[in-house]
Amino acid sequence: MKYKILSNTPLREGLELFDMRVCAPDFNALPGQIAHFLCGEGTTLRRPLSVCDCYSQSGMQIARFCYEVRGKGTKWISERIAGEEVDILGPLGHGFETVDGAKAVLVGGGIGIYPLMSLSRIYGKNAVALLGFRDAAHINLTEDFEAYGTEARVITDDGSSGRQGFVTVLLDEALKSGGYDIIYVCGPKPMMAAVSKIAEKYGVRCQVSMEEHMACGVGACLGCVCQTMLADGNHGYKRVCVDGPVFESSEIIWEAAK
Amino acid sequence: MEQKNLDLSVNFAGVTLKNPVTTVSGTCGTGKEYANFYSPEQLGAISVKGMTLEPRDGNMPCRIAETPAGMLNSIGLQNPGVHAFIKNELPRLEKCGAVVIANVAGNTEEDYCKIAEVISETSVAFLEMNISCPNVNHGGAAFGTDAATIERLTKNVKAHCSKPVIVKLSPNVTSITDMAKAAESGGADAISLINTLLGMRIDIKTKRPVLHRNVGGFSGPAVFPVALRMVWQVRNAVSLPILGIGGISNADDAIEMMMAGADIIGVGTAMFANPMAPIEIIDGIKQYMIKNGIERVTDITNSVIPWEN
Ligand SMILES: Cc1cc2nc3c(=O)[nH]c(=O)nc-3n(C[C@H](O)[C@H](O)[C@H](O)COP(=O)(O)OP(=O)(O)OC[C@H]3O[C@@H](n4cnc5c(N)ncnc54)[C@H](O)[C@@H]3O)c2cc1C
Ligand SMILES: Cc1cc2nc3c(=O)[nH]c(=O)nc-3n(C[C@H](O)[C@H](O)[C@H](O)COP(=O)(O)O)c2cc1C
Ligand code: FES
Repeated sequence: MKYKILSNTPLREGLELFDMRVCAPDFNALPGQIAHFLCGEGTTLRRPLSVCDCYSQSGMQIARFCYEVRGKGTKWISERIAGEEVDILGPLGHGFETVDGAKAVLVGGGIGIYPLMSLSRIYGKNAVALLGFRDAAHINLTEDFEAYGTEARVITDDGSSGRQGFVTVLLDEALKSGGYDIIYVCGPKPMMAAVSKIAEKYGVRCQVSMEEHMACGVGACLGCVCQTMLADGNHGYKRVCVDGPVFESSEIIWEAAK
Repeated sequence: MEQKNLDLSVNFAGVTLKNPVTTVSGTCGTGKEYANFYSPEQLGAISVKGMTLEPRDGNMPCRIAETPAGMLNSIGLQNPGVHAFIKNELPRLEKCGAVVIANVAGNTEEDYCKIAEVISETSVAFLEMNISCPNVNHGGAAFGTDAATIERLTKNVKAHCSKPVIVKLSPNVTSITDMAKAAESGGADAISLINTLLGMRIDIKTKRPVLHRNVGGFSGPAVFPVALRMVWQVRNAVSLPILGIGGISNADDAIEMMMAGADIIGVGTAMFANPMAPIEIIDGIKQYMIKNGIERVTDITNSVIPWEN
């Protein structure tokens, strides 16, 4: 499906982070679902991006994608301008499950903070966002969480802004004080593995958004699998594009997720 | 020319296909994954994901790497086993009237024969012997790179199979025509080619190969000229019908492949960017026929006029 770009601008000057909004009348993405972007010349495969947010404004349905320029695909996406069209497959996959009346912790690291935005829209002040960045210069999007009523607590690897350390420190503190029913996490695998462990320690349900290289995006090629614990107790591969990207953290075999 | 006079049907190894466009094994699941785009009965045939007798987990991720104009995969024949396919997937394909090619692989020659017996009892139209998977340690390409083995294995499988047998050749050989001739002497009913070329990518930041298995199968537009050349050589070496595969992304590629000698063609990697590719290719072939006054699609096959040298 082709969608018209409304805007595609840097999230913060000097960073290779972008914020794209497209007019998407029939694109009803649930939190955590993904979109598979067709990129230009020189790419064979589409590029998966999480739906950052999906909302309506003056009667128009808008899908938002935030992304970092990594290689030629995301570079190509970043060069598209308002008025052009992008070809997106989606929304794809199994997203985050939201629980009525629950109090949530949103845990994000780096580009992993983006899929949490639509949870912030739903949970508002009933969620706290624990956001980890490399350094002060890389902090972005915190005010958008605040705008939805979600308190954003920031921590940086080097302490140049907010606390110093990893989001796991903030999570441990939050869970110690109690009152949370569910954790949602997206970020680098070692971080998600650590968060999953903490969730287990406190006995709080935790959903993770996994990342793997993808080809088809529709479940056909078995390219995007991650190792999981199946209902029968055996290990088995599940597809990030249709069975995920969101899984219960207890399902993931973290030793296999490198 | 009137659209209604167009004949897109092809008799392939005794089975009538409504058009010459198929989707290839490993790229189209069992058809249902693309249900939002088209239904498998719109195709000439669908070759389902490679099956083994017992379920297989497949390889550790990362399984996918992009390359200029192509990709590498190292799926490693992840599949639920032939019996699960017959129970859970085949009824749906039967119901919609799809022509099914069962792509099968074994660790041993005995496996191939057993699976052939199982498939013979079903409504599947063809058995496709995958002797060319580069992503497994046992079986796979090990069978497909030696002419004597291909001939013996084909003969054995034929003796256990009531369906037409397609032998899928590996391009990772010195002489593709020797392999095709071996399949023909073994009694194959048709040949499909090419499976993937063996390739590799390294992440220069980590010094690690992108694929966890280090190497994987190379497919996509980049392999098209290699596939085309091999189909042309095989066309001139054997008289079996040919399913031409490798890097086809649009109707022009498909027509080129047929001109080189393919009776029918297969679309794979192109679907990942464009899920509608197979349907657009069928339409494009129709347009080409109308424009050039060709009534029967079979007239395109082998119509290349090579230069005399
Ligand atoms: C489920 C999911 C959700 C994602 N959501 C976001 C998001 O919201 N924002 C964001 O900035 N990024 C996100 N990513 C990561 C994004 O897909 C990659 O950064 C992007 O594919 C890189 O493409 P490239 O051409 O720029 O880089 P290249 O390095 O040139 O890509 C080469 C190939 O590797 C693949 N690849 C490289 N890195 C990754 C990666 N980390 N994950 C998956 N495939 C990769 C590419 O898709 C491509 O096929 C997500 C990934 C997944 C799997
Ligand atoms: C992800 C993937 C999985 C594949 N799995 C199989 C398989 O199970 N059996 C098989 O015979 N070929 C398999 N192949 C090879 C394709 O069927 C085809 O021969 C090859 O990809 C070349 O065609 P293409 O360039 O159009 O993709 C696979 C290819 C890809 C990309
Ligand atoms: S990307 Fe093909 S199965 Fe997920």
